[in-house]
Amino acid sequence: MSATSPAIAQTRFEPRLMRRKLSGTVFLGLCLAAIGVLLIALLMLLVDVFGRGWPWLDGAFLTGAPSRRPAAAGILPALVGSLEIGLIVGALTFPIGVAAAIYLQEYARDDLVNRLLRTNISNLAGVPSIIYGIFGLALFVRALSLGYTLLAGALTLVLLILPIVILASMEALRAVPDSLREGAYALGATRWQMVSGTVLPAAAPGIMTGIILAMARAIGETAPLILVGAVTFVTFLPNPVDGGYTVLPIQVFQWASRPQADFQGIAAATIIVILLVMVVLNALALFVRVRLSRHIQW
Amino acid sequence: MTMPAGAAGLLTRPPRRSERVIEASLFLAATVGVLTTVGIVIVLTFEALEFFRLVSPVAFFTGTVWSASIEPLQWGVIPLAVGTLMVALIGLVVAVPVGLLAAVYLAEYASPRTRNLVKPMLETIAGIPTIVLGFFALNFVTPVLLKPLFGSGLGTFNALAGGLVVGLLITPLIASLSEDALRAVPRGLREGAFAMGATRWEVVRKVVLPAALSGVMASIILAMSRAMGETMAVVLAVGTNPQLTFDPLESVQTMTAFIVQISLGDTPQDSLQFKSLFAVAATLFALTFGLNVLGNRIVARYRNAYS
Repeated sequence: MSATSPAIAQTRFEPRLMRRKLSGTVFLGLCLAAIGVLLIALLMLLVDVFGRGWPWLDGAFLTGAPSRRPAAAGILPALVGSLEIGLIVGALTFPIGVAAAIYLQEYARDDLVNRLLRTNISNLAGVPSIIYGIFGLALFVRALSLGYTLLAGALTLVLLILPIVILASMEALRAVPDSLREGAYALGATRWQMVSGTVLPAAAPGIMTGIILAMARAIGETAPLILVGAVTFVTFLPNPVDGGYTVLPIQVFQWASRPQADFQGIAAATIIVILLVMVVLNALALFVRVRLSRHIQW
Repeated sequence: MTMPAGAAGLLTRPPRRSERVIEASLFLAATVGVLTTVGIVIVLTFEALEFFRLVSPVAFFTGTVWSASIEPLQWGVIPLAVGTLMVALIGLVVAVPVGLLAAVYLAEYASPRTRNLVKPMLETIAGIPTIVLGFFALNFVTPVLLKPLFGSGLGTFNALAGGLVVGLLITPLIASLSEDALRAVPRGLREGAFAMGATRWEVVRKVVLPAALSGVMASIILAMSRAMGETMAVVLAVGTNPQLTFDPLESVQTMTAFIVQISLGDTPQDSLQFKSLFAVAATLFALTFGLNVLGNRIVARYRNAYS
């Protein structure tokens, strides 16, 4: 002990509080600057897109078909295609995704098989979307011979969206307190009665929000659809199982690939429509969450 | 209260058969993920092997010239890999500091009210369709932001603009995963440091960040994977020129952009060009899947460490 005490005496503690507080303030300034940068980037993007696209956006644009002349072009086939894809994806991911989440969260024991299923979902959620496109091309377009149809595109997106829906639904189920489960068991419920009667209604707001946001994600997705054929110049409303189709983001891609400013303008106008669809879906998600959780208290 | 007859028997009765059926069908739904993974691996392996029967894998993985349409055809994937890595690294250079600072602010400084403003902003950025970011890179980042800085050295298509929007795209991912990691650090550690007289910044720098380091690393790894697999934000901005260059002002081609280029054209599906798409995709899948497994493993480990 006595050997170390002189060293301690020599390095007297200097609080230097002013300096330490100053560096703290500088750091907080950096944090705020980072958030400022993000906000500015987002605002620049919105201002640029709206500035470029707003003049092109009118009733004829929404109800017309694509054309080689920008002034006459419209997006109705793409808009309908996007909505059909969104609906199919929502309708298919809902039962499969929720069932998988229920199994993984409420039924699965912590054994090797189930741990594999669970980590696999997390890893799938990170697979590049274009890889799903290649898989969709091999499975739906070729092997199941659906051809380059809207249904093949929608099924490809179902595979892409499923991991996201499963993870979100598991999150919602995890948030339901165990006391509810124990209460249901105490009343003599079987496991399924407990899940369907108690846990699912309590988790419904979270699950529904996850599914609506996943539909928004599907509507904004582009890359996988290029591989399963949504690139054709389509002037008619799509039939899900027959013939070509296009969707809004593909339309943006086609027009933005052309150098002329007018095509960039109608691409921007199409982006505005996509963003509006997203805003509507997000508002719907918020509404559902508030509406469904009105009666839930724990 | 008298017990209904048979109530005692209820306790020992085996589970109903319908319960078994329900559990089995739920399990079936849960296997879709594994089936998808297996399907992807089979398709990519099978089709890539088809390509490697015609082109030597050594030439593919070590070649420095990629020429898929102009004779003589050459299949060296390194230019595509370098283009992909360059765009991803530029993205990380932007996204790591910005995302990490945002995460520290949200986890350590922000009041619930500011949090409720900043979080939705990050979620909005994360929710922007990536084709919109590609449009932004082509029409705004290159001509308005970068042109005045670099002048004529900057091409209409360049890796820098693509990298910058990819950075914007992965920032919310780094921010939210790092915030989770910071929040997982037990409060006792912070309070101990405060009790020793540390300022808030010192608590963050010397206690919270080191404790959350593995989670922060995981967020960066997952963001890297996301950046490498990004397609639409990149394809409009970086061009279709698969040259081997390390200059971010030049036009390059990423692996994803090549896949798009081939599937857009009139390339016959039994041609060597179309088969090369699968070899490139298999390489990309192996790289990103490896990063994902690594990142998710780290996340799972720190979750266990503190719970």
